[in-house]
Amino acid sequence: MREMLKMIIVLTALCSFSGGLLAALRNETMEKIENQQLEFVKGPAIRDILKGSANDPIADRFKIKTGETEKSFFVGKFDGKAETVAFESTGKGFGGDIGLMIGVNIANDKIVGIGVTTHSETPGIGSRAKTDPRFAAQFKGLTLTGDFKIKNDGGQVDAISGATVTSKGVAGAVSDAAKTYLSLKPELAEKLKGFK
Amino acid sequence: MAKSITQEFTKGLWNEIPPFRLVLGLCPTLAVTKTVENAIGMGVAVIFVLVGSNVLVAMLRKIIPSKVRIACFIIVVATFVTVVELLMQAYTYPLFLKLGIFIPLIVVNCIPLGRAEAFAYKNGIIPSFADGLGLGIGYAMSLTVLAAIREIFGSGTFYGNQVFGPSFQPFNFMVEAPGAFVCLGLMLCVMNFIGKK
Repeated sequence: MREMLKMIIVLTALCSFSGGLLAALRNETMEKIENQQLEFVKGPAIRDILKGSANDPIADRFKIKTGETEKSFFVGKFDGKAETVAFESTGKGFGGDIGLMIGVNIANDKIVGIGVTTHSETPGIGSRAKTDPRFAAQFKGLTLTGDFKIKNDGGQVDAISGATVTSKGVAGAVSDAAKTYLSLKPELAEKLKGFK
Repeated sequence: MAKSITQEFTKGLWNEIPPFRLVLGLCPTLAVTKTVENAIGMGVAVIFVLVGSNVLVAMLRKIIPSKVRIACFIIVVATFVTVVELLMQAYTYPLFLKLGIFIPLIVVNCIPLGRAEAFAYKNGIIPSFADGLGLGIGYAMSLTVLAAIREIFGSGTFYGNQVFGPSFQPFNFMVEAPGAFVCLGLMLCVMNFIGKK
């Protein structure tokens, strides 16, 4: 009985100590980890979209609650005006979800650029959505409203040859972003005033 | 105690060098040795876990009941591994992306658990520290040597720097999985040959 009790006490004490330690460490590092993830996973796409901005878009970010989740928005300042934001949206690709960063100018609703952040598309085929700048460039300057489709479906952009599903996924992500953008535009404008 | 502290330390560097003499921890040995950078990162992580878990187990060895010792060892090892994982994510994120799943897999790696069971549970804190440090460094060294061979021949670079001129045609086989097996086998062979004399 004594032995049994000892086993229980030792294991419980060890587990709670380890749990407490890890929880504390996690709290400590959470912010740093989030920054690192932004820098290395989404950072390249954000910096590419908001190229030439006067500020650091990753440092100047804010969050808005949409439904259950919080969405991060990255601010880009051009010509002294903070009118451009980048945010992430997802679409269904060939191998899973495609994460898409999309930058939009709220003064004229025009897309300033898009870039794939995370994907699990076929390397060399679907992955060109991320690596081939010509595909992403087609979205530049379009107005972020309504549905985005590839030309086969009667839409605006050429699909990547051989990667129709991926291209549709990206277009879907942009359509989704348009919906988010329209519903949040007043809030976005409000928040952006704080960055002037 | 028959052996001195120095002996406990140096045995990990040659006589009981983990991947070659104990033939333990082979999974990450094969998987992360594509580049020297990865190997050093993995090595440092293992040194930290091994030293930490050895010292803690040695400290607690009188309290831990022998019936639940394995469970206790696993908790200790898993705690240290998670610490490493969080720290890596916070400070060296690109390295974390490359090593990925092999960091959490240190938990089931036989080296920390094996040392806790075979050494730290029976010895004091200082010998356990020396044992952990020695074996950890031995492991890191082995990974680095293996990775150096594979990286130099497989991609013509060492720690990311070009070794050969631009005319060098990389020997792709070496950076693929079979190259790792062959390379490890050859190194085991060399180690046994030297050890026999």
